[in-house]
Amino acid sequence: MTSNGSVRIAGGQGFYGDTPRSVEGLLAEGVDYLCLEALAELTLAILQKDRQKDEARGFTKDLPAYLAAALPEVAAGRTKIITNAGGINPTGAARVAIETAKRLGMHGLKIATVLGDDLMPRIDELAGSTALTHLDSGAAFTQFPQPALFAAAYLGARPIVGALDQGADIVITGRCADAALFLAPLVHEHGWAWDDWDRLAAGTLVGHLLECSGQTAGGNLSRNWWTIPHPWDLPYPIAEVDADGSAVITKPKASGGRVSFDTVRHQLLYEVHDPARYLSPDVVADFTSAAFHDESDDRVRITGVRGTPATDTYKALFAHHVGWAGETRVAFSWPEAREKAIAAAAIFAERVASSGLCVDEWCVELWGVDALGGPTVPATDAEPAEVVARVAWRCADQLTAGLVGREMVPLTLGAPPAGLTGMGRGAARPTELLGIWPTLVEKSLVDDHVVVALETS
Amino acid sequence: MSRLRLHELCGYRAGDKGDISNVALFADDAEVYDVIVREVTAERVKEHFGTFVTGTVVRYEAANVLALNFVMYGALGGGGPRTLRSDSLGKALGGALVRLQIEVPDALADRRAPRPDVGWAEAILDRLP
Repeated sequence: MTSNGSVRIAGGQGFYGDTPRSVEGLLAEGVDYLCLEALAELTLAILQKDRQKDEARGFTKDLPAYLAAALPEVAAGRTKIITNAGGINPTGAARVAIETAKRLGMHGLKIATVLGDDLMPRIDELAGSTALTHLDSGAAFTQFPQPALFAAAYLGARPIVGALDQGADIVITGRCADAALFLAPLVHEHGWAWDDWDRLAAGTLVGHLLECSGQTAGGNLSRNWWTIPHPWDLPYPIAEVDADGSAVITKPKASGGRVSFDTVRHQLLYEVHDPARYLSPDVVADFTSAAFHDESDDRVRITGVRGTPATDTYKALFAHHVGWAGETRVAFSWPEAREKAIAAAAIFAERVASSGLCVDEWCVELWGVDALGGPTVPATDAEPAEVVARVAWRCADQLTAGLVGREMVPLTLGAPPAGLTGMGRGAARPTELLGIWPTLVEKSLVDDHVVVALETS
Repeated sequence: MSRLRLHELCGYRAGDKGDISNVALFADDAEVYDVIVREVTAERVKEHFGTFVTGTVVRYEAANVLALNFVMYGALGGGGPRTLRSDSLGKALGGALVRLQIEVPDALADRRAPRPDVGWAEAILDRLP
């Protein structure tokens, strides 16, 4: 905590695969808590595939690199780490954290693990107790394509606060609401009550602004993006949060990037549905109630955030197998590039059909024409200089998905459209497709299973 | 009245949750915000995206940041880990939204998006061995 009583928290990671180099700048600036958010929706699917290969895995593999960068500051008592890098195996992640600390000669660090988000062992029991209806489509759980590959609830800040109250230096969770990683140290330091809805909402809003790392400091900006200073040295954001919930979003001074009203509002609505009712496990936050004041000098002050009581459910995500995908690409140049690309895709599809290989779904895109914009791209008579036909397909099994791609190979010399170049890519190895089933689970069915385990390195 | 692309007036960012894409549209100022509140309805956005969005579009307002938020169901070909689309998370849907043309009052008719200046980037690339 700083001399004026504000707590400094930083978002040092925004996704699995982000750069641990960011941590150095944040720690040099001085932060009380370094929060590392590693889990997008997709990430649990990736970790699930890891765990299928090896039961000891299932957490983000870059955790040791982050810890190695941050542990000297932790050991010196200057910062603490909170991360959801545990993925679907927080216990495995804690084991690696302890090994990393020992390897660096740091003994006596308290490492807490939050368990209880994993619903996999309890699916049948839960299905007997609650509906598990698909949150978006309203489909009944009887339609869920069993078996589940992972099932996890988004826990809130409470168990993390519990771990901090017990003196943890490092807290490792599995699935929890991203913003909860950041709300927890604020509750712990400021002693906010669990029914102090406005302050919980303020902390949740701050957490939401920090959870996607560089995206608050000028990353992915849509307006004037080319004016961001030194974008190759994009900083990750820091929040200074007062006991009353008001906060300043800023960044390390010795860095590029920018924190402004515009960069902050870009992140405010990122992956948000109703901004007046941002549902988190700990509070329903009203993002439209916040006042933003750009103090210039890369500081944006936030005041007046309002909240209302949390709901009695956690969001949960279940995943199921869907099939196998393959893809291939071929490039054509002017003249008639677009027409040649269409013809090549059609010839390929016909070759696959006549081969007897079964494809359940096709996706044909023309890169350079409308692959990314779809129907929003206006029709034009202008001829593109070059077009890449990108064809993807879904099959029931991995072998078939791989064989389909081979049918593109003969087109190298055997396709009517002249000018197929070597720019394309042959069929990549098939990838597994997963379906996501978002749902709600009553907190009363989850909370009794939430446990905080404490170990010392 | 004149017709302008939203790109001349607004910023944007797209995010994903399952098969849902949300695209936030950020007005450059309060004057523009009033216009987009009137012009950029959920129905128009749904029509603009055509077959790319199979479900409904819901619009939310965030006047405190001069923004509209469009939540588009069935927008990602089944969602990130399921879709065959190359833009599996719909990151490009923000840019796709600001292609939409709207009616603006004459006072805004001359608004234009700033043009990118990437001289600094070209200088870097020119220095590469």
